[in-house]
Amino acid sequence: MAWFNQDVISVLDFGREDFEVLFSEALNMERYAKSRLDILSDKVLALAFFEPSTRTRLSFETAMLRLGGRVIGFSGTEATSMAKGENLADTIRMLDSYANAIVIRHSLEGAAKFAAEVAESPVINAGDGSQNHPTQAMLDLYTIWREFKVIDGLSIGILGDLRYARVVNSLVQALSYYRVKLHLISPELLRPRQELVEFMNSRGMKYDWTDDPYGVINDLDVLYVVRIQRERFPDPMEYEKVKGAYKVTPKLIERGGKPSLIILHPLPRVDEVDFAVDNMPQARYFKQASLGVPLRMALLKLVLAGDRP
Amino acid sequence: MSSKRELIISKIRDGVVIDHIPAGRALLVLRLLGISGREGGFRVALVMNVESRKLGTKDIVKIEGRELTKDELNLVALVAPTATVNIIRDYEVVSKFKVAIPDVIEGLLKCKNPRCVTNQQREPVRSRFRVLSREPLKLICDYCGTIHELNDIEKYFGLT
Repeated sequence: MAWFNQDVISVLDFGREDFEVLFSEALNMERYAKSRLDILSDKVLALAFFEPSTRTRLSFETAMLRLGGRVIGFSGTEATSMAKGENLADTIRMLDSYANAIVIRHSLEGAAKFAAEVAESPVINAGDGSQNHPTQAMLDLYTIWREFKVIDGLSIGILGDLRYARVVNSLVQALSYYRVKLHLISPELLRPRQELVEFMNSRGMKYDWTDDPYGVINDLDVLYVVRIQRERFPDPMEYEKVKGAYKVTPKLIERGGKPSLIILHPLPRVDEVDFAVDNMPQARYFKQASLGVPLRMALLKLVLAGDRP
Repeated sequence: MSSKRELIISKIRDGVVIDHIPAGRALLVLRLLGISGREGGFRVALVMNVESRKLGTKDIVKIEGRELTKDELNLVALVAPTATVNIIRDYEVVSKFKVAIPDVIEGLLKCKNPRCVTNQQREPVRSRFRVLSREPLKLICDYCGTIHELNDIEKYFGLT
């Protein structure tokens, strides 16, 4: 499936070949990530962030500016007509008439898909509730691909809130296109939801689950860590039970058996990765965050201008 | 039908007979078809708890003078998977089929995920489910991806 003019709601809207096109475009964009490539100078991108964001919003904004385009939008609903009671559909209709594409983040699951049905312009999902965060998953895969030149054959551990983290959902879905071994690591209360388990089974993915990172660290090429998604817990008491339940420390990483081991994290971090890990050679999460700009430049180029060189 | 039962309700001229409904679910079938009886313009007959060779006891619904599409009738399978539909023209059965859950169910069920966009009252959005598996029945919300199993659907219709 080509990227041009397409909505980006879930990684499952795309396939492995599409990712390959995206990665090769992103690699090209790394050359312009600190300069400028004027290919979208006639385009306006709307950023509709109904929920907080630092990296996703600013990397989309930077990517659009580096491509010569312009950005409109809001972050939080206080200063918009939604504070007066305007609904999502009307807000999206308006942005659709102003901009060439809309990037949306919303706390409700399915909000991006609904927005895409309302809007004629392409809609890019920058996170909807606990469900999807496709561009983060694309960035995660891109980072892994940049590090290893390959994704097939890797052993990938995902540690943390497997229940509520949308990045986990999207990353596992994206990894279903590759032959990887997946180690899911979490406290019992944060095990993946039925939907994700059924998805992995339906795709015949190789995975196991443990609550002990020490038991699997030896086998890992990638340890992907996510924070506990406090804001998604229906009951604050449940959050209190798992708060601080896991932490990646130098001690854990030193137990890793593979010299190629890298640590990724979509950020923001709370306390699940010790600051002492930042200076270890395995830490790649800041690099991963910096690749968000070229990856999103590639995505915006493909969606707004197609894959012409 | 036996001649005994024909005494209860006469044959219909043009319409639909939904037979082999599990006993006690006839009213639910009507609700699912959006028939309250207040619409007027067509006639409805209900037979409840009659003997059935296949089911032991069953309900039957007859609707005369209102067209129902095959898609609408197939929705009946959600609450009455054993149901059969007879289309009647001029007192004769012109076609007969067993209901089967359609691939996509729109606007009928409510997603159980309170954080699903389809549960927002002020948004112009209808629920939409796709069949993930028929046996056992699993539907997936097209918006939020939440899986609904038979007991969720039965709960929704007040069956458990």
